Amino acid sequence: MSCVILAVDTSAGTSIAVVVDGVVKAHRSTPDTMRHAEIVGSYINETLTEAGITASEVSHVAAGMGPGPFTGLRVGIAAADAFAFGAGAILLPMNSHDAIALEHLDGDRGNNLVVTTDARRKEEYVSFYNGLDDDGCPVRNYGPAIQKPGEFDAAESGYVRAEEVSAAWLGVLAQRMLGAGREFLPFEALYLRSPDVTMSNGPKRVVQEGRTK
Amino acid sequence: MNRDAPLVLGIETSCDETGIGIVRGRELLANVISSSMDEHARYGGVVPEVAARAHLEALRPALTEAVATAGIQLSDLDAVAVTSGPGLSGALMVGVGAAKALALSLDKPIYAVNHLVGHVGADVLGDEGPLEYPTIALLVSGGHTSLLLVRDLTSDVELLGETIDDAAGEAFDKVARILGLPYPGGPHIDRVAAEGDPKAIRFPRGLTLPKDMDKHRYDFSFSGLKTAVARWVEVRRDAGEEVPIADVAASFREAVIDVLTSKAIAACKDYGVPRLLLGGGVVANARLREVAQQRATSAGVQLRIPAFSLCTDNGAMIAALASELIMEGAEPSSLNFGADSTLPVTDIQVH
Ligand SMILES: [Zn+2]
Repeated sequence: MSCVILAVDTSAGTSIAVVVDGVVKAHRSTPDTMRHAEIVGSYINETLTEAGITASEVSHVAAGMGPGPFTGLRVGIAAADAFAFGAGAILLPMNSHDAIALEHLDGDRGNNLVVTTDARRKEEYVSFYNGLDDDGCPVRNYGPAIQKPGEFDAAESGYVRAEEVSAAWLGVLAQRMLGAGREFLPFEALYLRSPDVTMSNGPKRVVQEGRTK
Repeated sequence: MNRDAPLVLGIETSCDETGIGIVRGRELLANVISSSMDEHARYGGVVPEVAARAHLEALRPALTEAVATAGIQLSDLDAVAVTSGPGLSGALMVGVGAAKALALSLDKPIYAVNHLVGHVGADVLGDEGPLEYPTIALLVSGGHTSLLLVRDLTSDVELLGETIDDAAGEAFDKVARILGLPYPGGPHIDRVAAEGDPKAIRFPRGLTLPKDMDKHRYDFSFSGLKTAVARWVEVRRDAGEEVPIADVAASFREAVIDVLTSKAIAACKDYGVPRLLLGGGVVANARLREVAQQRATSAGVQLRIPAFSLCTDNGAMIAALASELIMEGAEPSSLNFGADSTLPVTDIQVH
Protein backbone atom coordinates (compact mmCIF):
# COMPACT_ATOMS: atom_id res chain seq x y z
CA MET A 1 0.00 0.00 0.00
CA SER A 2 1.40 3.34 -0.92
CA CYS A 3 1.98 6.17 1.50
CA VAL A 4 0.06 9.28 0.48
CA ILE A 5 1.02 12.33 2.52
CA LEU A 6 -0.73 15.70 2.48
CA ALA A 7 1.77 18.16 3.98
CA VAL A 8 0.59 21.48 5.41
CA ASP A 9 2.70 24.32 6.79
CA THR A 10 1.66 27.87 7.66
CA SER A 11 4.48 28.72 10.04
CA ALA A 12 5.74 31.36 7.59
CA GLY A 13 3.63 31.75 4.44
CA THR A 14 1.24 29.03 3.28
CA SER A 15 2.68 25.85 1.78
CA ILE A 16 0.84 22.67 0.81
CA ALA A 17 2.17 19.56 -0.91
CA VAL A 18 1.15 16.04 -1.83
CA VAL A 19 3.94 13.48 -1.46
CA VAL A 20 3.36 9.91 -2.61
CA ASP A 21 5.91 7.28 -1.54
CA GLY A 22 8.51 9.99 -1.05
CA VAL A 23 7.92 11.67 -4.41
CA VAL A 24 6.53 15.21 -4.53
CA LYS A 25 3.47 15.09 -6.77
CA ALA A 26 2.21 18.63 -6.30
CA HIS A 27 3.27 21.72 -4.38
CA ARG A 28 1.80 25.21 -3.82
CA SER A 29 3.56 27.86 -1.81
CA THR A 30 3.41 31.58 -1.10
CA PRO A 31 5.43 33.74 1.29
CA ASP A 32 2.30 35.87 1.98
CA THR A 33 1.97 35.98 5.76
CA MET A 34 -1.39 37.78 5.82
CA ARG A 35 -3.77 35.42 4.05
CA HIS A 36 -3.34 31.91 5.48
CA ALA A 37 -7.05 31.37 6.14
CA GLU A 38 -8.01 32.59 2.65
CA ILE A 39 -5.43 30.48 0.81
CA VAL A 40 -5.20 27.18 2.69
CA GLY A 41 -8.35 25.61 1.24
CA SER A 42 -7.70 26.27 -2.43
CA TYR A 43 -4.07 25.12 -2.11
CA ILE A 44 -5.17 21.81 -0.58
CA ASN A 45 -7.75 21.42 -3.33
CA GLU A 46 -5.31 22.30 -6.12
CA THR A 47 -2.50 20.05 -4.92
CA LEU A 48 -4.80 17.05 -4.49
CA THR A 49 -6.27 17.61 -7.95
CA GLU A 50 -2.86 18.07 -9.58
CA ALA A 51 -1.55 14.94 -7.87
CA GLY A 52 -4.61 12.99 -9.01
CA ILE A 53 -5.37 12.03 -5.44
CA THR A 54 -8.80 11.91 -3.83
CA ALA A 55 -9.12 12.94 -0.18
CA SER A 56 -9.96 9.40 0.92
CA GLU A 57 -6.65 8.15 -0.55
CA VAL A 58 -4.61 10.37 1.81
CA SER A 59 -3.05 8.09 4.43
CA HIS A 60 -1.10 10.69 6.45
CA VAL A 61 -1.26 14.42 7.04
CA ALA A 62 2.05 16.08 7.95
CA ALA A 63 1.54 19.24 9.98
CA GLY A 64 4.22 21.89 10.47
CA MET A 65 3.76 22.82 14.14
CA GLY A 66 6.09 25.80 13.98
CA PRO A 67 7.94 27.59 15.35
CA GLY A 68 6.10 30.54 13.89
CA PRO A 69 4.19 33.68 14.78
CA PHE A 70 0.95 32.75 16.47
CA THR A 71 -1.99 33.62 14.28
CA GLY A 72 -1.05 32.18 10.91
CA LEU A 73 0.65 29.11 12.34
CA ARG A 74 -2.62 27.88 13.79
CA VAL A 75 -4.49 28.00 10.46
CA GLY A 76 -2.39 25.23 8.94
CA ILE A 77 -2.38 23.11 12.08
CA ALA A 78 -6.17 23.37 12.38
CA ALA A 79 -6.53 22.52 8.70
CA ALA A 80 -4.18 19.54 8.93
CA ASP A 81 -5.92 18.22 12.03
CA ALA A 82 -9.41 18.61 10.56
CA PHE A 83 -8.38 17.04 7.25
CA ALA A 84 -6.90 14.04 9.06
CA PHE A 85 -10.09 13.75 11.11
CA GLY A 86 -12.33 13.86 8.05
CA ALA A 87 -10.22 11.59 5.84
CA GLY A 88 -9.47 9.10 8.61
CA ALA A 89 -5.76 9.74 8.01
CA ILE A 90 -2.93 9.73 10.56
CA LEU A 91 -1.77 13.17 11.69
CA LEU A 92 2.01 13.65 11.85
CA PRO A 93 2.95 16.76 13.86
CA MET A 94 6.44 17.98 12.86
CA ASN A 95 8.97 20.71 13.47
CA SER A 96 8.85 23.19 10.58
CA HIS A 97 12.56 24.06 10.91
CA ASP A 98 13.41 20.41 10.22
CA ALA A 99 11.89 20.75 6.75
CA ILE A 100 14.11 23.76 6.01
CA ALA A 101 17.15 21.92 7.30
CA LEU A 102 16.42 18.98 5.03
CA GLU A 103 15.93 21.27 2.03
CA HIS A 104 19.39 22.78 2.59
CA LEU A 105 21.31 19.71 3.79
CA ASP A 106 19.89 16.96 1.56
CA GLY A 107 22.71 15.00 -0.03
CA ASP A 108 25.20 17.03 1.98
CA ARG A 109 25.76 15.31 5.31
CA GLY A 110 28.02 16.63 8.01
CA ASN A 111 27.43 20.30 7.39
CA ASN A 112 26.27 22.62 10.14
CA LEU A 113 23.23 24.80 9.65
CA VAL A 114 21.34 27.40 11.65
CA VAL A 115 17.68 27.99 10.84
CA THR A 116 15.97 31.09 12.21
CA THR A 117 12.45 32.49 12.07
CA ASP A 118 11.54 36.06 12.93
CA ALA A 119 9.74 35.86 16.27
CA ARG A 120 9.02 39.62 16.26
CA ARG A 121 9.93 41.98 19.06
CA LYS A 122 13.60 41.70 18.06
CA GLU A 123 13.76 37.99 18.83
CA GLU A 124 14.26 34.89 16.70
CA TYR A 125 13.29 31.27 16.83
CA VAL A 126 16.54 29.37 16.34
CA SER A 127 17.42 25.72 15.57
CA PHE A 128 20.95 24.30 15.07
CA TYR A 129 21.61 21.29 12.85
CA ASN A 130 24.55 19.01 12.30
CA GLY A 131 24.02 17.34 8.93
CA LEU A 132 21.80 14.35 8.22
CA ASP A 133 21.71 10.95 9.88
CA ASP A 134 21.79 7.56 8.14
CA ASP A 135 18.07 7.75 7.45
CA GLY A 136 18.47 11.11 5.72
CA CYS A 137 16.80 13.06 8.54
CA PRO A 138 18.36 16.31 9.82
CA VAL A 139 20.20 16.05 13.16
CA ARG A 140 18.92 18.90 15.32
CA ASN A 141 21.23 19.44 18.27
CA TYR A 142 19.73 22.65 19.61
CA GLY A 143 16.32 24.30 19.56
CA PRO A 144 13.90 25.41 18.48
CA ALA A 145 14.37 28.09 21.09
CA ILE A 146 13.80 31.81 21.35
CA GLN A 147 16.90 34.03 21.25
CA LYS A 148 17.97 37.59 20.66
CA PRO A 149 20.18 38.07 17.58
CA GLY A 150 23.81 38.01 18.73
CA GLU A 151 23.09 35.34 21.33
CA PHE A 152 24.01 32.71 18.77
CA ASP A 153 26.97 32.46 16.44
CA ALA A 154 26.16 31.47 12.88
CA ALA A 155 29.62 32.22 11.50
CA GLU A 156 30.78 28.60 11.46
CA SER A 157 27.57 27.36 9.92
CA GLY A 158 25.24 27.85 7.03
CA TYR A 159 22.50 30.26 7.99
CA VAL A 160 18.95 30.17 6.69
CA ARG A 161 16.11 32.55 7.45
CA ALA A 162 12.83 30.66 7.38
CA GLU A 163 10.91 33.11 5.24
CA GLU A 164 9.24 30.22 3.46
CA VAL A 165 8.83 26.69 4.74
CA SER A 166 8.39 24.13 1.99
CA ALA A 167 5.60 21.63 2.61
CA ALA A 168 7.18 19.51 -0.13
CA TRP A 169 10.27 19.01 2.02
CA LEU A 170 8.09 18.57 5.09
CA GLY A 171 6.30 15.74 3.30
CA VAL A 172 9.54 14.15 2.13
CA LEU A 173 10.88 14.27 5.67
CA ALA A 174 7.65 12.78 7.00
CA GLN A 175 8.08 9.87 4.60
CA ARG A 176 11.70 9.31 5.74
CA MET A 177 10.71 9.51 9.41
CA LEU A 178 7.87 7.03 8.87
CA GLY A 179 10.23 4.69 7.05
CA ALA A 180 12.76 4.92 9.86
CA GLY A 181 10.13 4.48 12.57
CA ARG A 182 10.81 7.90 14.08
CA GLU A 183 8.64 9.54 16.69
CA PHE A 184 6.61 12.56 15.71
CA LEU A 185 5.82 15.55 17.95
CA PRO A 186 2.89 15.71 20.32
CA PHE A 187 -0.06 17.80 19.04
CA GLU A 188 1.17 21.12 20.42
CA ALA A 189 1.92 24.22 18.38
CA LEU A 190 5.51 25.43 18.87
CA TYR A 191 4.65 28.95 19.97
CA LEU A 192 7.79 29.10 22.18
CA ARG A 193 6.30 32.08 23.93
CA SER A 194 3.44 32.72 26.36
CA PRO A 195 0.43 34.71 25.21
CA ASP A 196 0.97 38.47 25.40
CA VAL A 197 -1.20 39.46 28.31
CA THR A 198 -0.81 41.69 31.28
CA MET A 199 -2.42 40.62 34.50
CA SER A 200 -5.03 43.05 35.73
CA ASN A 201 -4.17 44.88 38.93
CA GLY A 202 -7.76 45.55 39.86
CA PRO A 203 -9.97 48.27 38.46
CA LYS A 204 -8.50 51.61 37.46
CA ARG A 205 -9.62 54.64 39.43
CA VAL A 206 -11.90 57.07 37.61
CA VAL A 207 -11.93 59.77 40.30
CA GLN A 208 -8.61 61.61 40.55
CA GLU A 209 -6.95 61.48 43.97
CA GLY A 210 -7.72 64.59 46.00
CA ARG A 211 -10.76 65.61 43.98
CA THR A 212 -13.18 63.89 46.31
CA LYS A 213 -12.06 65.77 49.39
CA MET B 1 -26.99 17.49 -1.97
CA ASN B 2 -30.13 16.95 0.05
CA ARG B 3 -31.94 20.30 0.04
CA ASP B 4 -35.04 19.16 1.95
CA ALA B 5 -33.43 18.35 5.29
CA PRO B 6 -29.66 18.71 4.85
CA LEU B 7 -27.29 17.16 7.35
CA VAL B 8 -24.89 19.99 8.28
CA LEU B 9 -21.95 20.22 10.67
CA GLY B 10 -21.27 23.75 11.94
CA ILE B 11 -18.03 25.12 13.39
CA GLU B 12 -18.05 28.25 15.57
CA THR B 13 -14.84 29.81 16.98
CA SER B 14 -15.53 33.55 17.01
CA CYS B 15 -14.82 34.17 20.70
CA ASP B 16 -14.05 31.91 23.67
CA GLU B 17 -16.32 28.94 22.90
CA THR B 18 -15.34 26.18 20.49
CA GLY B 19 -18.71 25.05 19.21
CA ILE B 20 -19.44 22.05 16.99
CA GLY B 21 -23.08 21.47 16.12
CA ILE B 22 -24.84 19.02 13.83
CA VAL B 23 -28.37 19.53 12.48
CA ARG B 24 -30.61 17.73 10.01
CA GLY B 25 -32.85 20.38 8.50
CA ARG B 26 -34.30 22.04 11.61
CA GLU B 27 -33.61 19.10 13.88
CA LEU B 28 -30.78 19.45 16.41
CA LEU B 29 -28.61 16.32 16.57
CA ALA B 30 -25.57 17.56 18.52
CA ASN B 31 -24.40 20.77 20.16
CA VAL B 32 -20.96 20.41 21.74
CA ILE B 33 -19.48 23.52 23.37
CA SER B 34 -15.98 23.66 24.80
CA SER B 35 -15.32 26.92 26.63
CA SER B 36 -12.00 28.51 27.54
CA MET B 37 -13.74 30.86 29.98
CA ASP B 38 -11.86 29.52 33.01
CA GLU B 39 -8.53 30.37 31.36
CA HIS B 40 -9.63 33.99 30.93
CA ALA B 41 -10.83 34.38 34.52
CA ARG B 42 -7.41 35.38 35.83
CA TYR B 43 -7.21 38.18 33.26
CA GLY B 44 -10.72 39.50 33.97
CA GLY B 45 -11.79 39.29 30.32
CA VAL B 46 -11.37 37.29 27.12
CA VAL B 47 -7.74 37.30 25.93
CA PRO B 48 -7.77 36.74 22.14
CA GLU B 49 -4.51 34.78 22.00
CA VAL B 50 -5.58 32.51 24.87
CA ALA B 51 -8.94 31.91 23.16
CA ALA B 52 -7.32 31.08 19.81
CA ARG B 53 -4.88 28.60 21.38
CA ALA B 54 -7.75 26.91 23.19
CA HIS B 55 -9.74 26.53 19.93
CA LEU B 56 -6.91 24.63 18.29
CA GLU B 57 -6.72 22.16 21.17
CA ALA B 58 -10.48 21.79 21.56
CA LEU B 59 -11.38 21.24 17.89
CA ARG B 60 -10.69 17.53 17.47
CA PRO B 61 -12.24 16.42 20.79
CA ALA B 62 -15.34 18.54 20.09
CA LEU B 63 -15.66 17.20 16.52
CA THR B 64 -15.31 13.63 17.76
CA GLU B 65 -17.91 14.12 20.48
CA ALA B 66 -20.39 15.87 18.18
CA VAL B 67 -20.25 13.13 15.56
CA ALA B 68 -20.67 10.44 18.23
CA THR B 69 -23.58 12.29 19.88
CA ALA B 70 -25.36 12.81 16.56
CA GLY B 71 -24.84 9.14 15.69
CA ILE B 72 -23.94 9.95 12.09
CA GLN B 73 -21.21 8.99 9.66
CA LEU B 74 -19.11 11.92 8.45
CA SER B 75 -19.69 10.70 4.90
CA ASP B 76 -23.44 11.28 5.39
CA LEU B 77 -22.95 15.06 5.80
CA ASP B 78 -24.40 17.28 3.10
CA ALA B 79 -22.26 20.28 3.99
CA VAL B 80 -19.84 21.88 6.44
CA ALA B 81 -20.65 25.34 7.83
CA VAL B 82 -18.41 27.82 9.62
CA THR B 83 -18.49 31.27 11.18
CA SER B 84 -16.60 33.71 8.94
CA GLY B 85 -17.26 36.68 11.27
CA PRO B 86 -17.74 38.93 13.10
CA GLY B 87 -15.52 38.02 16.05
CA LEU B 88 -11.88 37.83 17.15
CA SER B 89 -9.87 37.35 13.96
CA GLY B 90 -7.23 34.96 15.34
CA ALA B 91 -9.97 32.81 16.85
CA LEU B 92 -12.10 32.89 13.70
CA MET B 93 -9.14 31.78 11.56
CA VAL B 94 -8.82 28.50 13.45
CA GLY B 95 -12.41 27.61 12.57
CA VAL B 96 -12.08 28.77 8.97
CA GLY B 97 -8.90 26.72 8.38
CA ALA B 98 -10.43 23.64 9.99
CA ALA B 99 -13.77 23.93 8.19
CA LYS B 100 -12.22 24.27 4.74
CA ALA B 101 -9.97 21.26 5.31
CA LEU B 102 -12.81 19.18 6.77
CA ALA B 103 -15.05 19.97 3.80
CA LEU B 104 -12.26 19.03 1.37
CA SER B 105 -11.43 15.84 3.27
CA LEU B 106 -15.06 14.75 2.86
CA ASP B 107 -15.52 16.24 -0.63
CA LYS B 108 -18.50 18.27 0.66
CA PRO B 109 -19.53 21.88 -0.01
CA ILE B 110 -18.80 24.60 2.55
CA TYR B 111 -21.04 27.45 3.74
CA ALA B 112 -19.39 30.45 5.44
CA VAL B 113 -21.95 32.35 7.49
CA ASN B 114 -22.47 35.35 9.75
CA HIS B 115 -22.18 34.79 13.50
CA LEU B 116 -24.83 37.35 14.48
CA VAL B 117 -27.37 36.02 12.01
CA GLY B 118 -26.48 32.57 13.37
CA HIS B 119 -27.77 33.68 16.77
CA VAL B 120 -31.11 34.39 15.10
CA GLY B 121 -30.93 31.10 13.21
CA ALA B 122 -30.66 29.18 16.49
CA ASP B 123 -34.35 29.82 16.99
CA VAL B 124 -35.41 27.44 14.20
CA LEU B 125 -34.05 24.53 16.26
CA GLY B 126 -36.48 25.14 19.12
CA ASP B 127 -39.82 23.38 19.41
CA GLU B 128 -41.92 26.56 19.32
CA GLY B 129 -42.53 26.17 15.62
CA PRO B 130 -41.04 28.19 12.79
CA LEU B 131 -39.97 31.77 13.37
CA GLU B 132 -42.34 34.28 11.82
CA TYR B 133 -41.06 37.31 9.94
CA PRO B 134 -40.35 40.05 10.32
CA THR B 135 -38.90 39.94 13.83
CA ILE B 136 -36.72 42.21 15.91
CA ALA B 137 -33.71 40.40 17.42
CA LEU B 138 -31.78 41.62 20.44
CA LEU B 139 -28.40 39.87 20.72
CA VAL B 140 -26.48 40.48 23.92
CA SER B 141 -23.23 38.83 24.97
CA GLY B 142 -19.73 39.57 26.17
CA GLY B 143 -18.74 40.25 22.56
CA HIS B 144 -21.71 42.06 21.07
CA THR B 145 -24.86 44.07 21.77
CA SER B 146 -26.89 44.33 18.58
CA LEU B 147 -30.44 45.10 17.60
CA LEU B 148 -31.51 43.59 14.29
CA LEU B 149 -34.54 43.78 12.06
CA VAL B 150 -34.89 40.35 10.46
CA ARG B 151 -37.24 40.39 7.50
CA ASP B 152 -35.95 37.06 6.28
CA LEU B 153 -33.33 34.91 7.97
CA THR B 154 -31.55 33.91 4.78
CA SER B 155 -31.89 37.05 2.69
CA ASP B 156 -32.82 40.22 4.56
CA VAL B 157 -31.28 41.23 7.89
CA GLU B 158 -30.74 44.86 8.84
CA LEU B 159 -28.66 46.24 11.70
CA LEU B 160 -30.77 48.82 13.55
CA GLY B 161 -28.19 49.54 16.22
CA GLU B 162 -25.32 48.22 18.27
CA THR B 163 -23.06 49.24 21.11
CA ILE B 164 -20.80 52.16 20.36
CA ASP B 165 -18.33 51.13 23.08
CA ASP B 166 -18.51 48.12 25.45
CA ALA B 167 -20.71 45.09 24.90
CA ALA B 168 -23.29 44.60 27.68
CA GLY B 169 -21.56 41.43 28.87
CA GLU B 170 -18.27 43.33 29.09
CA ALA B 171 -19.95 45.98 31.27
CA PHE B 172 -21.07 43.22 33.65
CA ASP B 173 -17.46 41.94 33.83
CA LYS B 174 -16.03 45.39 34.51
CA VAL B 175 -18.58 46.32 37.16
CA ALA B 176 -18.07 42.94 38.83
CA ARG B 177 -14.39 43.82 39.10
CA ILE B 178 -15.20 47.21 40.63
CA LEU B 179 -17.32 45.41 43.22
CA GLY B 180 -14.66 42.76 43.86
CA LEU B 181 -16.74 39.97 42.31
CA PRO B 182 -15.23 37.18 40.16
CA TYR B 183 -15.22 36.76 36.36
CA PRO B 184 -17.45 36.27 34.44
CA GLY B 185 -19.39 39.13 35.99
CA GLY B 186 -22.91 38.32 34.76
CA PRO B 187 -23.82 35.43 37.06
CA HIS B 188 -22.10 37.02 40.09
CA ILE B 189 -23.81 40.39 39.67
CA ASP B 190 -27.07 38.50 39.24
CA ARG B 191 -26.50 36.55 42.46
CA VAL B 192 -25.59 39.61 44.55
CA ALA B 193 -28.32 41.76 42.97
CA ALA B 194 -31.02 39.38 44.19
CA GLU B 195 -30.62 40.90 47.68
CA GLY B 196 -30.44 44.49 46.48
CA ASP B 197 -32.84 47.30 45.63
CA PRO B 198 -32.78 48.07 41.87
CA LYS B 199 -34.12 51.56 42.61
CA ALA B 200 -31.54 52.38 45.31
CA ILE B 201 -29.26 54.31 42.94
CA ARG B 202 -30.30 55.95 39.67
CA PHE B 203 -27.42 55.13 37.30
CA PRO B 204 -27.41 56.74 33.84
CA ARG B 205 -29.17 55.10 30.89
CA GLY B 206 -26.75 55.49 27.98
CA LEU B 207 -27.98 57.07 24.72
CA THR B 208 -31.55 57.56 25.94
CA LEU B 209 -31.62 61.35 26.24
CA PRO B 210 -33.56 63.18 23.51
CA LYS B 211 -30.34 64.68 22.09
CA ASP B 212 -28.85 61.18 21.66
CA MET B 213 -32.00 59.57 20.34
CA ASP B 214 -31.81 61.35 16.97
CA LYS B 215 -28.53 59.80 16.00
CA HIS B 216 -28.44 56.73 18.25
CA ARG B 217 -32.05 55.67 18.60
CA TYR B 218 -31.18 51.96 18.62
CA ASP B 219 -27.54 52.16 19.65
CA PHE B 220 -26.20 51.29 23.08
CA SER B 221 -23.42 52.65 25.27
CA PHE B 222 -22.30 51.08 28.53
CA SER B 223 -18.97 52.76 29.05
CA GLY B 224 -20.49 55.81 30.79
CA LEU B 225 -22.58 53.58 33.03
CA LYS B 226 -19.52 51.61 34.07
CA THR B 227 -17.67 54.85 34.89
CA ALA B 228 -20.66 56.14 36.86
CA VAL B 229 -20.69 52.97 38.95
CA ALA B 230 -16.94 53.20 39.54
CA ARG B 231 -17.21 56.85 40.60
CA TRP B 232 -20.15 56.15 42.94
CA VAL B 233 -18.26 53.31 44.61
CA GLU B 234 -14.96 55.22 44.88
CA VAL B 235 -16.58 58.23 46.51
CA ARG B 236 -18.11 56.00 49.21
CA ARG B 237 -14.90 54.09 49.76
CA ASP B 238 -12.81 57.27 49.94
CA ALA B 239 -15.20 58.60 52.58
CA GLY B 240 -14.72 55.40 54.54
CA GLU B 241 -18.32 54.38 54.04
CA GLU B 242 -19.53 50.83 53.54
CA VAL B 243 -20.44 50.17 49.88
CA PRO B 244 -23.87 48.55 49.58
CA ILE B 245 -22.73 45.96 47.02
CA ALA B 246 -26.16 44.39 46.58
CA ASP B 247 -27.83 47.75 45.86
CA VAL B 248 -25.08 48.81 43.46
CA ALA B 249 -25.28 45.49 41.60
CA ALA B 250 -29.09 45.58 41.42
CA SER B 251 -29.18 49.23 40.32
CA PHE B 252 -26.47 48.69 37.68
CA ARG B 253 -28.21 45.58 36.35
CA GLU B 254 -31.49 47.46 36.20
CA ALA B 255 -29.92 50.27 34.20
CA VAL B 256 -28.50 47.83 31.62
CA ILE B 257 -31.71 45.86 31.31
CA ASP B 258 -33.85 49.00 31.16
CA VAL B 259 -31.94 50.32 28.16
CA LEU B 260 -31.74 46.97 26.38
CA THR B 261 -35.42 46.17 26.68
CA SER B 262 -36.78 49.69 26.13
CA LYS B 263 -34.82 50.11 22.89
CA ALA B 264 -35.83 46.65 21.68
CA ILE B 265 -39.53 47.29 22.38
CA ALA B 266 -39.23 50.75 20.79
CA ALA B 267 -37.90 49.10 17.64
CA CYS B 268 -40.86 46.69 17.64
CA LYS B 269 -43.27 49.62 17.89
CA ASP B 270 -41.48 51.85 15.37
CA TYR B 271 -41.36 49.13 12.74
CA GLY B 272 -44.76 47.65 13.60
CA VAL B 273 -43.16 44.27 14.30
CA PRO B 274 -45.00 42.34 17.04
CA ARG B 275 -42.17 39.83 17.57
CA LEU B 276 -38.96 40.01 19.59
CA LEU B 277 -36.25 37.36 19.71
CA LEU B 278 -33.49 37.33 22.35
CA GLY B 279 -30.08 35.72 21.86
CA GLY B 280 -26.53 35.74 23.23
CA GLY B 281 -25.10 34.65 26.57
CA VAL B 282 -26.53 37.55 28.59
CA VAL B 283 -29.95 35.96 28.03
CA ALA B 284 -28.96 33.72 30.96
CA ASN B 285 -29.77 36.74 33.14
CA ALA B 286 -33.12 35.96 34.76
CA ARG B 287 -33.95 39.62 35.37
CA LEU B 288 -33.42 40.43 31.68
CA ARG B 289 -35.84 37.68 30.68
CA GLU B 290 -38.35 38.85 33.27
CA VAL B 291 -38.31 42.54 32.28
CA ALA B 292 -38.31 41.65 28.57
CA GLN B 293 -41.38 39.47 29.13
CA GLN B 294 -43.23 42.19 31.09
CA ARG B 295 -42.56 44.87 28.53
CA ALA B 296 -43.25 42.60 25.57
CA THR B 297 -46.58 41.56 27.04
CA SER B 298 -47.70 45.10 27.74
CA ALA B 299 -46.65 46.17 24.23
CA GLY B 300 -48.44 43.22 22.61
CA VAL B 301 -45.16 41.77 21.40
CA GLN B 302 -44.54 38.03 21.22
CA LEU B 303 -41.22 37.19 22.93
CA ARG B 304 -39.05 34.23 21.91
CA ILE B 305 -36.00 33.03 23.77
CA PRO B 306 -34.18 29.92 22.49
CA ALA B 307 -32.89 27.36 25.01
CA PHE B 308 -29.84 28.71 26.83
CA SER B 309 -27.43 26.22 25.17
CA LEU B 310 -28.53 27.73 21.85
CA CYS B 311 -28.21 31.34 23.08
CA THR B 312 -24.52 31.27 23.99
CA ASP B 313 -22.10 30.96 21.09
CA ASN B 314 -22.46 27.49 19.58
CA GLY B 315 -21.93 25.50 16.40
CA ALA B 316 -25.54 24.33 16.11
CA MET B 317 -26.75 27.85 15.26
CA ILE B 318 -24.13 28.04 12.50
CA ALA B 319 -25.21 24.66 11.12
CA ALA B 320 -28.87 25.75 11.43
CA LEU B 321 -28.33 28.95 9.46
CA ALA B 322 -26.44 27.05 6.74
CA SER B 323 -29.20 24.46 6.67
CA GLU B 324 -31.78 27.22 6.08
CA LEU B 325 -29.61 28.66 3.30
CA ILE B 326 -29.31 25.24 1.67
CA MET B 327 -33.07 24.67 1.90
CA GLU B 328 -33.54 28.06 0.20
CA GLY B 329 -31.29 26.91 -2.63
CA ALA B 330 -28.18 28.94 -1.76
CA GLU B 331 -24.99 27.96 -3.56
CA PRO B 332 -21.93 26.98 -1.46
CA SER B 333 -19.22 29.47 -0.58
CA SER B 334 -15.96 29.38 -2.53
CA LEU B 335 -12.77 28.15 -0.86
CA ASN B 336 -11.36 31.69 -0.80
CA PHE B 337 -13.22 33.44 2.02
CA GLY B 338 -11.34 34.51 5.12
CA ALA B 339 -12.04 35.47 8.70
CA ASP B 340 -13.73 38.87 8.80
CA SER B 341 -13.71 40.34 12.31
CA THR B 342 -16.13 43.12 11.31
CA LEU B 343 -18.44 41.25 8.94
CA PRO B 344 -21.68 43.29 8.62
CA VAL B 345 -25.00 41.53 9.37
CA THR B 346 -26.15 42.19 5.85
CA ASP B 347 -23.59 39.58 4.72
CA ILE B 348 -25.56 36.55 5.87
CA GLN B 349 -23.41 34.21 3.79
CA VAL B 350 -19.86 34.95 2.65
CA HIS B 351 -18.96 33.77 -0.82
ZN1 LIG C 1 -22.23 35.54 19.86
